[in-house]
Amino acid sequence: MRDYFQELAALLPILVADDEYLGAHIRGEVSDFVRFNHARIRQAGRVRQQTLAVDLVQGQRHATAELGLTGDPTQDRGRLTALLAELREILPLLPEDPHLQLPPDPSCSESIQGEDLPDSSALVAEILAAVAYHDMVGILASGPVYHGFCDTRGQRNWHQQASFNLDFSLYLHQDRAVKSRYAGTRWDSAGWLARVAAAERQLALLGRPARTLDPGEYRAFVAPEALEEITDLLGWRGFGLQSHRTRSTPLLAMIENDARLDPRVRLVEHTKAGLAPDFQASGFRRPPRVTLIERGRYRDCLVSPRSAAEYGVPCNGADAAEAPLSLAMDPGGLATGEALAALDRGLYIGNLWYLNYSDANAGRITGMTRFGTFWVEGGELREPVQVMRFDDTLYRMLGEALEEITREQSLLLDPGSYGRRSSRSSLLPGLLLSKFRLTL
Amino acid sequence: MTTFSQLERWFRELVPAVPYCSLRAVRQRNEWLQVRRDVVQPVRRGEDLGVMVSVEDGGHGYAATADPSPAGLRRAFAEARAWARQSANLHLLETASRAPRACRGEYRSPVQIPWDSWSLHSKLELLRRLCARTAGDGRIVERRVGLGFQQQESLLLDSDGARLWQQLDCLLPSLSVSAHHRGETQRRSFGGDTYFRQGGLEILEAVDFEQAPARVVDEALTLLAAPNCPDGERSVILAPDQMVLQIHESIGHPLELDRILGDERNYAGRSFVTPAMFGHYRYGSALLNVTFDPTTGGEVASYGFDDEGLPAQREYLIRDGILLRGLGGGLSQRRSGLPGVASSRACHWNRPPIDRMANLNLEPGDSTLDALIAGVERGIYLQTNCSWSIDDSRDKFQFGCEWGRLIEDGELTTVVKNPNYRGISAGFWRQLDGVGDAASRQVLAAANCGKGEPNQAVRVGHASPPCRFQEVMVFGGEGG
Repeated sequence: MRDYFQELAALLPILVADDEYLGAHIRGEVSDFVRFNHARIRQAGRVRQQTLAVDLVQGQRHATAELGLTGDPTQDRGRLTALLAELREILPLLPEDPHLQLPPDPSCSESIQGEDLPDSSALVAEILAAVAYHDMVGILASGPVYHGFCDTRGQRNWHQQASFNLDFSLYLHQDRAVKSRYAGTRWDSAGWLARVAAAERQLALLGRPARTLDPGEYRAFVAPEALEEITDLLGWRGFGLQSHRTRSTPLLAMIENDARLDPRVRLVEHTKAGLAPDFQASGFRRPPRVTLIERGRYRDCLVSPRSAAEYGVPCNGADAAEAPLSLAMDPGGLATGEALAALDRGLYIGNLWYLNYSDANAGRITGMTRFGTFWVEGGELREPVQVMRFDDTLYRMLGEALEEITREQSLLLDPGSYGRRSSRSSLLPGLLLSKFRLTL
Repeated sequence: MTTFSQLERWFRELVPAVPYCSLRAVRQRNEWLQVRRDVVQPVRRGEDLGVMVSVEDGGHGYAATADPSPAGLRRAFAEARAWARQSANLHLLETASRAPRACRGEYRSPVQIPWDSWSLHSKLELLRRLCARTAGDGRIVERRVGLGFQQQESLLLDSDGARLWQQLDCLLPSLSVSAHHRGETQRRSFGGDTYFRQGGLEILEAVDFEQAPARVVDEALTLLAAPNCPDGERSVILAPDQMVLQIHESIGHPLELDRILGDERNYAGRSFVTPAMFGHYRYGSALLNVTFDPTTGGEVASYGFDDEGLPAQREYLIRDGILLRGLGGGLSQRRSGLPGVASSRACHWNRPPIDRMANLNLEPGDSTLDALIAGVERGIYLQTNCSWSIDDSRDKFQFGCEWGRLIEDGELTTVVKNPNYRGISAGFWRQLDGVGDAASRQVLAAANCGKGEPNQAVRVGHASPPCRFQEVMVFGGEGG
């Protein structure tokens, strides 16, 4: 794929006139997807795909298009030439774009990681052998994912990563299940077996009669996987410059009323620690870190090239959605191994599910508990808890109710695959909360 | 670009010696136009062709490729066959469990005014004009008007000689504004992207798109000054653009047979509905009638055949409140032994078919909207979804709306902001005590329904009249 990209990059200058600029963003993957149910294969297959998004610019006029590529250079060259001819026809019909911005000086980069993944069928055999006695359901996605950017000014950026993501649950019965994820760029059999063993330990507790809680406030430990659901939701409109300037951010109270989170809360778009490429779709480079929240106060936004032009601030490498791809939260001082003892009595929340804003102006979020959520008594997991709805504000959860943050962080690779496999990741600790509001 | 006739020829030439195989090709063309704050946004066009081949050879396997050439197809067949063999003793399904399918057929969306019959300039001028109409008040801080077009042409072939061709043309007009004043932002939209239909540009007139800007701006500004929605139990009347979400989340998803079979337990979830409930379970009051109907011309998820080739047919899922059948294609019906529908769908060529909703409609009753309102002593009228959350069994839900208006002694009174309501699916539909008539029914849609591993987002149609429910817990925003 890299050779194909280089051929394409070399072709671009030939396809444009002197007064034109052409930027091209290529994304591709060769992914094996194996879906499991009842510890058997439900669906298995391979997806080979690559798409090219181009931006053809004449002065301040430009038009964009996305083309599915066959991977055959001759065929794709003809299709790209035809597409550019079509874009040239519509350019005169378009007004000048006041928010058009091209990348600054050409900047080249290359990153290739994780080339030694085992064959997927070997992984499947190993996976099923370890869960043969369980009701396991989930998906393995494995294979290389590619991102590239090139333009007619000579910029070349290539990011290639072979990774796997095994997102699975072990079910006891009905809705009693433990969810886990084993993901990375290097498969380690011992690491996989350790995940299964950890899930089995929680599974044993799920056989106990479940506790039904009344709505109310409870002490709670929020595991990194549960915090990920909260930060994922926050990523939707929370940190982008456009959402801040149009006052649609759920962090509105922070920017208008000086609302604050706990001073220990620091959130960073930490590209260097994540899996996403360090360049965005229009060729702007991402800095290693953008600090979004520091000492509990809002600091910087994620800024796309269009927002940068519209609002007159520098671009910091965000895509159009201005959502984090590699969000990290600073660790605290609580050893994860001591978390249950520190909680003493309350809820251990392993996962959350289906979050949404119930009052975006106030940063209020609702959602459900799901999978391994347990009642804790005397610092020990006692029994599972029936699923409950929560409805609480960020300012309580990450503010007045935040007692401790764990010392350890978990690197969580997003198993998402809408359209294509995600390169998003999160680096998150666990949180000990003095109160967590359940409503139904 | 490769034509479907070429693909058909190559498929017949290259089909491997296996008990069964199929090919599904999808060509998609789309265009998205948007004007934001009077600035024309970059025109986004897309064009894509790809193929998925599925093979039975001991087990089942698939391979999807963007390379539809003979060489690409050969490789895809080999990769699919390899997965079929590797899964032979590990597969959940028996070899003979493939779905029955139609032999030959064609389907095309009804289109009166094709997308290409208007110039790009005309379409952009319309959007600029509508966007300009949302300007003028300093409290309006965000304004967007958009028009999306998608044309999906598909061809399904199999080794038994099936050939099914379909072309679906869809249009999505959208408009939204945000108003802001002193720490408070309120968004109001043109139905929250529910005016997504099959057809051509004639849809714009049918949905009154030109009239939307003034109303949406006026309502956003009204919300800024409105009190918070009060807390407490009261009667609720849900407008069709909120019924879309209510039907989708608490009827559509729980009735998907693949959820009931457990396929979705790691991601989208399971269902509170069990196999034993079909045929007698009282899902709702006697006023609840729900049909699955991909044959409705113009609704966004209409088709002639599902993606496993099962012919589309209108069926009652719930009749007079009683649960009759689930949402599951031929394969799931055979796996579960339950009655289903032609609902096995894939979002594109790169994903395998799974059980989905298509057009899932709530059938009209005999009350006018005025009559529904007149029958409420203390209640609220809720419009346009803006927040949705439900548990993995599709039982405990909480939904929020853009617009609420109290009902007192049979009349609409105060507009309220941040209205939310919550309930439990299993009981909620039994509280249904009024259903709007055919004149009040609207044909709407959910633009992005997410499900499946690997993930798939599909468009789903929902037609519904306004409906009234008794004793629903309603509440407002923080600090209300």
